[in-house]
Amino acid sequence: MKLRVKFSKNGCMKFIGHLDVMRYFQKAMRRAHVDIAYSTGFSPHQIMSFASPLSIGLTSDGEYFDMEVNAAESAEELKTRLNAVMAEGIVVTDIRRLPEGAKNAMASVAAAGYIVRVREGFEQGVPFAEAVERFQKEAHAYYVKQTKKGETTLDLKEGVHTLSFDQNAVTMMIDTGSSRNIKPEMVMECLYSYYGKQRGDFDFVIHRTETYGRADNGAFVPLSEAGEVF
Amino acid sequence: MRTLALPEEILLTIEKPARYIGGEVNSVMKDRSKIDLRFCMCFPDVYEIGMSHLGIQILYDMFNRWEDVWCERVYSPWIDADQVLREKKIPLFALESQDPIRDFDFLGITLQYEMCYTNVLQILDLSRIPFFSTERTWEHPIVIGGGPCVYNPEPIAPFFDLFYIGEGETMYRRLLDLYKEMRRMGADRTSFLREAGKLPGIYAPQFYTPHYHEDGTLSGFTAEDDSMPLTIRKELVTDVSSTYYPQKPVVPFIKCTQDRVVLEIQRGCIRGCRFCQAGQLYRPVRERSLSMLKEQAIQMIDSTGHEEISLSSLSSSDYSKLPELLQYLIEECAERKVNISLPSLRIDAFSLDVMSKIQDIKKSSLTFAPEAGTQRLRNVINKGLTKEVILNGAIEAFKGGWTRVKLYFMLGLPTETEADIRGIAELANEIAAAFFETVPKQQRREKIQIVVSTSFFIPKPFTPFQWAPMYPKETYIEKAYATRKAISEQLNQRSIKYNWHEADVSLIEGVLARGDRRVAGVLLNAYRRGCFFDAWSEYYHHEEWLAAFEECGLSIDFYTMRERKLDELFPWDFIDCGVTKQFLKQEWERAMAEEITPNCKQKCNACGAARYGCGICMEPKGGA
Ligand code: SF4
Ligand code: SF4
Repeated sequence: MKLRVKFSKNGCMKFIGHLDVMRYFQKAMRRAHVDIAYSTGFSPHQIMSFASPLSIGLTSDGEYFDMEVNAAESAEELKTRLNAVMAEGIVVTDIRRLPEGAKNAMASVAAAGYIVRVREGFEQGVPFAEAVERFQKEAHAYYVKQTKKGETTLDLKEGVHTLSFDQNAVTMMIDTGSSRNIKPEMVMECLYSYYGKQRGDFDFVIHRTETYGRADNGAFVPLSEAGEVF
Repeated sequence: MRTLALPEEILLTIEKPARYIGGEVNSVMKDRSKIDLRFCMCFPDVYEIGMSHLGIQILYDMFNRWEDVWCERVYSPWIDADQVLREKKIPLFALESQDPIRDFDFLGITLQYEMCYTNVLQILDLSRIPFFSTERTWEHPIVIGGGPCVYNPEPIAPFFDLFYIGEGETMYRRLLDLYKEMRRMGADRTSFLREAGKLPGIYAPQFYTPHYHEDGTLSGFTAEDDSMPLTIRKELVTDVSSTYYPQKPVVPFIKCTQDRVVLEIQRGCIRGCRFCQAGQLYRPVRERSLSMLKEQAIQMIDSTGHEEISLSSLSSSDYSKLPELLQYLIEECAERKVNISLPSLRIDAFSLDVMSKIQDIKKSSLTFAPEAGTQRLRNVINKGLTKEVILNGAIEAFKGGWTRVKLYFMLGLPTETEADIRGIAELANEIAAAFFETVPKQQRREKIQIVVSTSFFIPKPFTPFQWAPMYPKETYIEKAYATRKAISEQLNQRSIKYNWHEADVSLIEGVLARGDRRVAGVLLNAYRRGCFFDAWSEYYHHEEWLAAFEECGLSIDFYTMRERKLDELFPWDFIDCGVTKQFLKQEWERAMAEEITPNCKQKCNACGAARYGCGICMEPKGGA
């Protein structure tokens, strides 16, 4: 049975990188005695796959991974068992059963929501309300991305689905995943560029609110929606 | 949520911030208002090394079981973090509470290898604790050292308030109670240290003075007054089956050197290899009971979720219930999908069978540690391994499909000649030849690979070789070249790869191992010149060490090149590690006569450790 697990990663856990979070959950499965399925071979590993990696320094309420289990009583019971063995900062918030043939978490990722807040003790580098307004009005928002092979230019307007400003925070929903991966920092850099400024490394704190896939009708829905409550 | 000592802007710019944030699974948080005493355990190396150390996990668990104590951890901040702490003037802090080390009652530092001594100074420096014990006040924690290096504490004696000689499980409760009592009575710090120094196994160095002959050797070692003990006897756990063992080891977030459950199956070793310090220090051998180990293994796998378990001991093949234990672990671990990482076992039918069950033969290798190239020299060092045993083991393994062999040797052992060095190459060659004879051409799926590694022998205190001289650096390098050349002359040289260690650091380690109190000055001087993380070859600065010796007017050769006289007083002679100096002398003489000494299972050689009345000393002799 394939399950989709949603978790939040807050507090000090923001300093734990993606690979370490994967190792962390592998150990957590053992501590919680989850009847997870293993691959075969000399060193069997748990069948588990994570959605979209979160960079070090970011917090999140919308992280996901899929896992294959041999048996599980109910989502509630499993959640309680997992949360009993979590480190401070990580909470399992939802577990759903995926239907046969569902796409895995990573392949399902289409977009993610973020809240970008001005860091305590820092000022708004540019007037965000105005900058957001301008972004919405412009037809294009070209962003030059440095890659290993050189530079590529992409139009952020195509990948930014919502962008708003409210009470010291910029909220956005942007393309994430393999086809077009936009980072919240890229959007912020674009806003700064309207004023000829560059963002400082620690001007803001970024929180991921949710990771989205696409429903059959094309609408963005949280990744958990692909599964059912059990 | 805990507040971190380092601001986010720093944590996000240094390597592996997880080294500094604590909060790991099974790390212990306590309410500051409900405890009497705060103890910080330190392993003076980077987090990933320190977290892999079993001893700290045992003591951490023990202290935290006591309601009045909160034990936390600290490790050496890596070079990048070290720099930031200095620049931003942030005092070094403990991982759990993130509180400054300076505010603790105790700072316990484990000393596992000599090349971490400058890191001890780094820890004190960053914690803003004065380097010298005599300059500290109640504003500072009691700095106490433990671990194998404290069997010669003299080179670091001025930096420590106390040393704990021996196994930590026995005397800490009394020490902490004494501390609580004396603090309550309003005693001064020096009085506390003096009283602590009267507890068994506790050494308070500031109350002792070494005296020297004109030639630099020790002439005497005196205590401040008659109330201080003149001999400090090591502490030891007599019943290792009913004592502290961590039920919930801390699980690091980042990958550490030991990312697994470690099951300590016994303490001590029955074999008295004459170069080996651990083999003498931890006598007598005490096995943990099978039932304890079974229970512990499952408990720790469940509480950590680690995917691997390994057995730890000096010589695991000598554990009498090894087959039963492994059988149990293989069954239980298969069910839990946990891997077993085997310690290096004596290669025989039993170990090959076990290895084939739990490892991928293609990826695993056979390990032999003959340590010396000829039987003559192996007799000198009392290494029971013979060429026949090695070859027979290798042949059995080749038949079973193994093709990789690792061989470990030491260069610079007492009485070593060219023939012994050639013997290393010849032994490797014979193993390769045995492969070609054993495995017919059409069955050779993989090429045979033999890796020969050599390290330079460093004489250590409390070994029969504590009287032995070292060699000049050039001689070590010549020896390594001679080994390489001898290997290149072998018929099967294409199948043999050779690695060797640096010589520079071996000489400094040699000084720190057998040094006296004057060496402390060199350590501080070297630290001030920027030496720390000396155990990391990329951060080891040999010229700075040479300059430090020069400036302090001490000669490296005095400590390394001299063959010590049999009646010389050693800086560590005031410590009684269980084994008598008489026994070590006798072993040194037997070594020179190329005579081997039977192991503790075969025969008791009256080394002195029987005084503890436990372990192997109490068992009937005549076994294998
Ligand atoms: S077998 Fe020899 S080298 Fe190994 S621990 Fe025992 S005495 Fe030391
Ligand atoms: S007293 Fe005898 S049996 Fe005990 S450790 Fe020494 S030599 Fe071995």
